Amino acid sequence: MRFGKVVERFIGLIPVLLGVSVIVFLMITLTPGDPVQIMLGDARSSPEQEAALRRDMGLDRPIHERFILFIANALRGEFGLSFFHRRPVIEVIGERLPATIELTLVALILALAIAIPLGVIAAVKRNSWLDRLSTVGSLFGVSLPGFWFGILLILLFSVKLGWFPVSGRIGFSAEVRAVTGLLLIDTLLAGRLDSFWQALRHISLPALTLALPMAAVLTRVTRSSMIEVLRTDYVLFAEAKGLRKARVIGLHALKNALIPTVTVAALETGSLLGGNMIVETVFGWPGLGRLVVEAIFSRNYPLVQAAVLLYAVTYVLLNFFADILYTWLNPKVRL
Amino acid sequence: MRINTGVQSPLGLGWMRLQQNRMAISAAIVALVIIAAALAAPLIAPQDPNEADLFRRLQPPVWLGGEWAFPLGCDGLGRDILSRLIYGARISIFVGALVVLIASVVGILAGLAAGYLGGWVDRVITGLVDILLGFPYLIFAIGLMAMMGAGFQNIVLALVYKEWVVPCRIVRGETLAAREQDYVEAARALGASRSHVMLREILPNILSPVIVVATVRMAHVIILEASLSFLGLGVQPPTASWGSMVSEGREFLLDAWWVSTFPGIAILVLVMAINVFSQGLRDAFDPRMQE
Repeated sequence: MRFGKVVERFIGLIPVLLGVSVIVFLMITLTPGDPVQIMLGDARSSPEQEAALRRDMGLDRPIHERFILFIANALRGEFGLSFFHRRPVIEVIGERLPATIELTLVALILALAIAIPLGVIAAVKRNSWLDRLSTVGSLFGVSLPGFWFGILLILLFSVKLGWFPVSGRIGFSAEVRAVTGLLLIDTLLAGRLDSFWQALRHISLPALTLALPMAAVLTRVTRSSMIEVLRTDYVLFAEAKGLRKARVIGLHALKNALIPTVTVAALETGSLLGGNMIVETVFGWPGLGRLVVEAIFSRNYPLVQAAVLLYAVTYVLLNFFADILYTWLNPKVRL
Repeated sequence: MRINTGVQSPLGLGWMRLQQNRMAISAAIVALVIIAAALAAPLIAPQDPNEADLFRRLQPPVWLGGEWAFPLGCDGLGRDILSRLIYGARISIFVGALVVLIASVVGILAGLAAGYLGGWVDRVITGLVDILLGFPYLIFAIGLMAMMGAGFQNIVLALVYKEWVVPCRIVRGETLAAREQDYVEAARALGASRSHVMLREILPNILSPVIVVATVRMAHVIILEASLSFLGLGVQPPTASWGSMVSEGREFLLDAWWVSTFPGIAILVLVMAINVFSQGLRDAFDPRMQE
């Protein structure tokens, strides 16, 4: 794919990103009632304090000015003060981001590790009991409400069996100096295997909860693309040449069969972002998702607004990369 | 599979294939039973779903030493879990059906207009669709609910605002293809108006993928509603909804697992039944999509 085409596609994102910002801006602007009153809630405040907050949030200006200001500030990463934390929103979000990124990455790896072998086996042993089991399993995976599955895992593996901790990211005693912010990497960098083990135990259940619906979708995708590839001439030819079946599947077929899987995985990573809010709430995971849920209930609108915008921009970019990845992996498709 | 050799319409063939799919039929029966229970809630619920009695607090299900009057046990306020499940089904099903219905009507009209009229109408609609696709679904709904406040009406609105995009994209694509077909050309040549061509000629011919997708989407919407209710952004207490029931039970995981577990099973069974049925519909009416 030509570099020019990628740039062209990227420029095409600008109107979408602008539209997304308009909607996020409108979310707070069109809220019924006075946001200042709602944010202050029952707290006793003087008219001066109210006026100051109104000024801070730019609510004393006309709507078009406010929108331009919102975009200009967003581009500089300024989303105002988090009322609740008394610190800039972007700082609070930045602190929580690594936990969410770590959880998402581990869930993604886990989903691929479950889905690829399962999908390949289901395709190769088509119509066998294994294939049927994977079909039922996938159906189960997409129908499972994540918040409930997380609770079941806690009930079974944390409360009853005591194998995994109920919530949190790591114990106090095991904390290490933050380098990347991703505990699984930081603990290894610090050479603390005990801490690494603890971080791994903490992340296992939330990552599994997040990964399962994604694994269900990816298993189906891998299965059907593998079935298609196994029918192609080049695979039949490789088999006819007398190559071992495992080699044909593992080397020749898998490479092409995984193209849709990788693309869908990139797309689905975006939906993991939504799942994060639920999973982080269930497991008390100190990430961005839980922060947003807390912010909603403390009526911390600037934080909610900034986080929704951040999620949406990430999602748009992920979709863009999925698109590019698909074209890059699949020379038959030209942009 | 034996197929009747007599001349059959595609619709008739589809029905025949669906009737032979035992899994899909059983799933449809399960879903219908839940829907019937929801509709008949006041008649069949053994107790008042909101009647609290702290003497019955966390009473276990009947097989664990509870009483027959409260077969699935009671929650933290001593309310009957079975009755709350039956009433909670109303919220799940009603929100699911209403959101998908409104979204389908809006999506079909927008998709037909975009696909058939083209030009600026198409540009505006696809632009809006692209922007809405830029939000992860749950985050969009959570953001809106955060601003609009919890409640039944807002939950339906928050979900419809994004859901209509799905039927819209399908209908637009199908309309673009249908526009070039002979039957549409013929209708146009006979002087039919644009709205006649769109609603009377094209729509009946592209409806089946929309219906199939609507069933899958209903399952999806039910999970979203339950998720929002779980976070406390859905219908407000004391109204029972399955998502909030799971959430309420979290406090008592240690000594009363049944409070969270039964509503979760209810969601799983309903969503799975709808998914299996919709898979059957797809296999029956669109055999190309079987793989």
